[in-house]
Amino acid sequence: MAFDNLFSEIVFWALAVVTIGSAALVVHLRSIFRAALMLVVSFLGIAGIFAMVNAEFLAVVQVLVYGGGIAVLVIFAVMMTRDVDTGNRSTAVQPVALMMGIALLGALAYSIVQAEWALLPDSLPGPIATVFVETPTQLGRLLLSDYVLAFEVAGVLLLAAVIGALSLVRERHDA
Amino acid sequence: MGETLAGNVIYRNVYEFVQDLLGEEWSWVAYAAAGMAIILLVTNAVMLIGTLYTWFERRLLGRFQGRLGPNRAGPFGVLQPIADAIKLISKEDIIALGADRIVFTLAPVVMLAPTLLVLAVIPFGAGSWVADLNVAVLYIAAVSGISTIAVMMAGYASPNSFSLFGSMRAVAMLVSYEVPLVMALLGVTVLAQSMSLVSIVEAQALPFLLVTPLGALIFLAAVSAELNRAPFDVTEAESELVAGYMTEYSGMKYGVFMLAEFTNTVVAGAIFAVLFLQGWKWPILPSHVWFLLKVAGFVFVAIWVRATLPRYRLDQILAVAWKYLFPLSLINVLLLAAEVIVWPEPGAAELGIMSAINWAVTIPAAVLWSKVVSLRTAPPVAAAFSTEGR
Repeated sequence: MAFDNLFSEIVFWALAVVTIGSAALVVHLRSIFRAALMLVVSFLGIAGIFAMVNAEFLAVVQVLVYGGGIAVLVIFAVMMTRDVDTGNRSTAVQPVALMMGIALLGALAYSIVQAEWALLPDSLPGPIATVFVETPTQLGRLLLSDYVLAFEVAGVLLLAAVIGALSLVRERHDA
Repeated sequence: MGETLAGNVIYRNVYEFVQDLLGEEWSWVAYAAAGMAIILLVTNAVMLIGTLYTWFERRLLGRFQGRLGPNRAGPFGVLQPIADAIKLISKEDIIALGADRIVFTLAPVVMLAPTLLVLAVIPFGAGSWVADLNVAVLYIAAVSGISTIAVMMAGYASPNSFSLFGSMRAVAMLVSYEVPLVMALLGVTVLAQSMSLVSIVEAQALPFLLVTPLGALIFLAAVSAELNRAPFDVTEAESELVAGYMTEYSGMKYGVFMLAEFTNTVVAGAIFAVLFLQGWKWPILPSHVWFLLKVAGFVFVAIWVRATLPRYRLDQILAVAWKYLFPLSLINVLLLAAEVIVWPEPGAAELGIMSAINWAVTIPAAVLWSKVVSLRTAPPVAAAFSTEGR
């Protein structure tokens, strides 16, 4: 769906307000548990924006990985945290963190505004048009041909992480 | 006008009515209104079926247990769900002292949302679907994962240890069973070479239940766990945890949780029918009738299992997921991938050969592996989630 009518405009702005508003609440809310829930809302808002620009696969993966996996992980971590309902007290690091945050935001905003976005023409030639229709097929083909090494390395890395986590939490029966 | 739904009578009529009313440049309002009409129709129809299903389940359970079940309201007690709903609505809405009020109130809503979102991609009959997403299988896995968060919200917001224990158990179970569930979905995707549910139905020259019995078995087991159904219903084990994460809920908030649970079972039946029973296909009867009958068949089996099997312990449930279903699902995917390499475009004859091979592998694999995996010993995990002796 392109940005060609009022309906898309309304949807886009609603998603943008939800995404940024919930992200602001993540920082602002006192209760860490509620902050974690707002983080999930923010993730889902980003998934909505992906869906709007015809990246259905990316949108679904965003919901699957961030809305499902990462969110559960974050909430579990929050449950193991002390002082969940009051949040952290302010420390001397806060001004520095604020400055770093503003600098990062500025750098990102600058690069997004300055970048020369290559716009696709309205009518796409055949092979490119199929990429948008069959994203999963094309991605799968690329991952298992041109980028198979990176794909396998990522798999081995994850396996190592799982084994490491298991050996850390394993209970020793001899003790 | 959207392409997928242009053939639908209701969609077209609403669209044209609104467009005639407002004019050509307001076509997006017509688009939105017509879409809303379809959404309203689909969600209400499915929730109504979910409500009717509660009556079906209670009557059938009664039959299995040698008693009558609800039989007073209306013919055969069919109006019982309406009486239940009126009772739930008229109950006092209690939010316990010390609860996180906002999160507590939102949890049932978040629980129901994924169920209704999944409906978007399900083909209910020939030509009757809201969207034919090319990533539909992944979409189902992704969206249904959100209900995990709802369980955590409910457990955490209630000022009650039973709620927290129930939600921790539920999350441990949901996260574990997502793995074999997704692997079973992956097997079907490999076989149909598509993630669109419509293409999956069209790829089934033979029902995939016959072609990949192991996948269907794993899907059935994993989906019963995801639905909190017996024998995996530890999250609301009445004898140990009161009602698990729902302990503090009453009135219509509890009603919405229940609605989500029952509608989920119907939706799971619809997904099973699409993935393994050729969806709307099969001769003579109209496609929608076949689809409903297949869903009813799944629901009947689910109730039968519930009436037959006793409840597992939590550590046994996790052991079943990781030691039994997960290795079997890997075998299933590997086998199907090898077969698809040999027969890249399977027709009915090739699917028949695959079916023979798969049955020959499934029965020994399932039986032998069940001998290898023991559920007798209680590993240390059990202690962490058990309420006994606290």
